[in-house]
Formats: sequence, structure tokens, C-alpha cells
Amino acid sequence: MMAPAERSPGGGPGDARPSIWDLVIVGGGAAGLACAIYAGRARLDTLLLEKMLPGGQIVLSDIIENYPGFPDGVSGMELAQRMHEQVGRFGARVETATVAGIEVSERPFQVRLEGKGPEDAPRARSVLIATGCSPRKLGVPGEREFFGRGVSYCATCDGPLFSGKRLLVVGGGNTAIDEALFLAKIASKVTVVHRRDELRADRILQERAFADPKVEFLWSHVPSEIVGDDAVRAMRAKHVVSGEETEVEVAGVFIAVGEVPQTGFVPEAVARDAGGYLVTDGDFQASVPGVYVAGDVRSGAYRQIAVAAGEGVLAYRSIRQYLEER
Amino acid sequence: MAAVAEVNDATFGQEVLEAEEPVLVDFWAPACPPCVALAPVLEKLAGEMAGNVRFVKVNAAEAMATAAKYGVQAVPTLFVFKGGQIADSVIGFQPEDEIRRRLAAVTEEG
Repeated sequence: MMAPAERSPGGGPGDARPSIWDLVIVGGGAAGLACAIYAGRARLDTLLLEKMLPGGQIVLSDIIENYPGFPDGVSGMELAQRMHEQVGRFGARVETATVAGIEVSERPFQVRLEGKGPEDAPRARSVLIATGCSPRKLGVPGEREFFGRGVSYCATCDGPLFSGKRLLVVGGGNTAIDEALFLAKIASKVTVVHRRDELRADRILQERAFADPKVEFLWSHVPSEIVGDDAVRAMRAKHVVSGEETEVEVAGVFIAVGEVPQTGFVPEAVARDAGGYLVTDGDFQASVPGVYVAGDVRSGAYRQIAVAAGEGVLAYRSIRQYLEER
Repeated sequence: MAAVAEVNDATFGQEVLEAEEPVLVDFWAPACPPCVALAPVLEKLAGEMAGNVRFVKVNAAEAMATAAKYGVQAVPTLFVFKGGQIADSVIGFQPEDEIRRRLAAVTEEG
């Protein structure tokens, strides 16, 4: 079963594609890449599909300081590139494609791709869903209207376009404070708007933010509206107790209020929890046998890069066992 | 594959607005992950469409006058110019097929 005649040892273009893959991994973040490294070394015919850039949410981080092995920190881009290179070394194939759906009512599974017909759908004995999360929207008026015109979900991308401007970050977790510290290097001033009166971010990040003269805080406020004309001019926020509204004049609003799982393509048969995250058993198997889940998209996951990588490896162990038993 | 030439505030008029053929302009910035992901897609299409569509890129963090003129506040932002006028624009990473579709719509208008 694990040694079909056609194999793609180099993973490079032009290599023969197996008619049925042992494993198709959906999502090229830390979980998917770690699983692909192990699957490649085990010589499973493995295809990893990533819609944008291998690394997933990792690449959005200016600097990562809590991933073991990098005492001076590492940029998200570099860590992602290294993981991607490591996958390439062991033979799993990485392709750019957006998965539109997975047909789980038949075996092998069919992985349907956006913009491609059923004849181009890879067939797979097992599937790992490792699609992670995307930024949660605030859901206030003006957010959608001004997206790309002052409203952003990626400080490392759009921050440099706001040199010398006044900016605002919404949120109080690690991502929000990371972004505030990054933007403070570019902007004239950064206001962090948070719904609580304390931060959830790691203490080391809090200490840096409190010590940064360009970072100020608007505590216990929730955004109510983003306003402007051609571009963002200000954000209005309400006090969580008094309801009193404040307007902060800013050129850019960077939103970091948590994440939502990316499961739009996942069939109904795969069980979710109340938050939409995919439920697994202790072996990382979803409610459909042969479908596995690892990383941020999994119900109960501690959403950290090191954990996602570990979950990818544990899922690999279960997948290998599943393939051997069939 | 073909290189996508960098255009700045000084050269934008000549390279984009006065071009004979339609021009796809990629406003990008350094350390922008979706911009990095988009670059090889544009290089591939630039090679295929050489002679029909010109592909250029503008560093939005440096060419600030041009970025401001076209209201670019996010990267990547793609514009298609035709005869000096904006024919299409879209914000964010786009898959290859989507860019093809948009360019076909602009070039087939005649």
C-alpha cells in the first residue's frame, strides 16, 4: 500500500504523480509542514496544498521569540522558509492551490481544487486538515468599507505605508501587542484599544509596550465605528461600562482581536465544536475515519507554533498507523 | 518567467500612464508576506503575456507620491492601467487564475 509504482521522491515539477496519494495535507502552516517532513521521511506519497505561501500565519509575524532553537528570535518569513525547505528535502510535494471541498463519502477521498474540474481532484487515502485560522473581524460599521484604505489585519504588510502617522491597534493579546510594538517603530503614535483593563499578552511583551513612549492605551473600550471619507480618519469606541463614546483620530486601524478557524471547505460530516473548530479524538482523527486535524484549526488546540508543529507530528503517527491497518 | 521591472515616482508616468499596452501594476512593500507569495505568480504571467501586457511593480513604502495619488494603503494592491486610465484594481493576494481572468476582461474590451 505504501509503495506504489509511481513515486515523487524529489517533489519537484515534472515528477510522476501517483494516481492515489497516501496523504494529502491541506494547509502549509507549522502543523502541515511538520507532518509533511515526517511523512516524506517515511516515504509516504504526500501532497501538501497551500493557498498562498508556506508558513501560514507564521509569516505574518515580524519576529518570533518563543520557538525553541532561536535564542535571538527569528522572523516569521525565515522560519517559514526553513520549514518549507526542510519539507522539500524529504520528498513531500508542495503545491499552490486552494481546496474547494473534500469528498468523504467515497474512498479514496477526492480533494476538489478551486478553478479545477473533478478530473484534476487529487485522490487520497488519508487527509490532514491543517488550515489554521484567519483574523477575526470586529463587525463594526466602516470595517469592510475601509479595508485596504486604513483598515488592516497585517501590520507587517501595511504598517510601512503609514510612516509618521497616528495608528491604532485593537486587541490585547500577543498578536495585538506584537503589532503595536512593530508599528511604534514606524508611526508617530500607536493607541491600543482593549476591551479589558489589562492585557492578555505575555508579560515580556506587556513590559515592552508599557516602556515604549509611542504606545498608549485606551482601556475598557470596544470599537463602535470606523469613520472617514476616502480613507480612515478616526475610530469611535465605547466604554464597556458607561457606554460613553470616544473618538480617536487615526490614519490606520490594525485589528488583532483573535481568530476564526478556516473550515469553509470542510464537509458537513466532519464534526465541529460550538466555535466552529474541528473536533478530533486523542489520535487527532476527525469524526470521519481517515480525516485528521492538527494545529490551530483543531478544537482545544493551544495556538502556538511549537504546539502546531508537535500536533502535525502526532497526527502523522496516527495517519501512518491508519494507512498500515488498511 | 520574466522579471517584473521596478517603477518609482519619477518613472511611473512614462512606464505606466504612457504605455501602449495595458499595464499591471503591483504595489508591494518589503516584509509583506502576501507580496512575496504574489511575486512568482506575476513573473510567470509576465513571461507568458510579454508583448500584450506589461508588468511593473511599485514599492509603496518608497514611491509615496504615487501610492498616495492612487490611494494605496494596503499591499499588495494590483491595478490594471489602460491608456493611462485605471481599468481594474484589487487589494490582496490573488491566485493566478483570478489575475488571468481580470486581465482577459480588460484586454478583450478592445
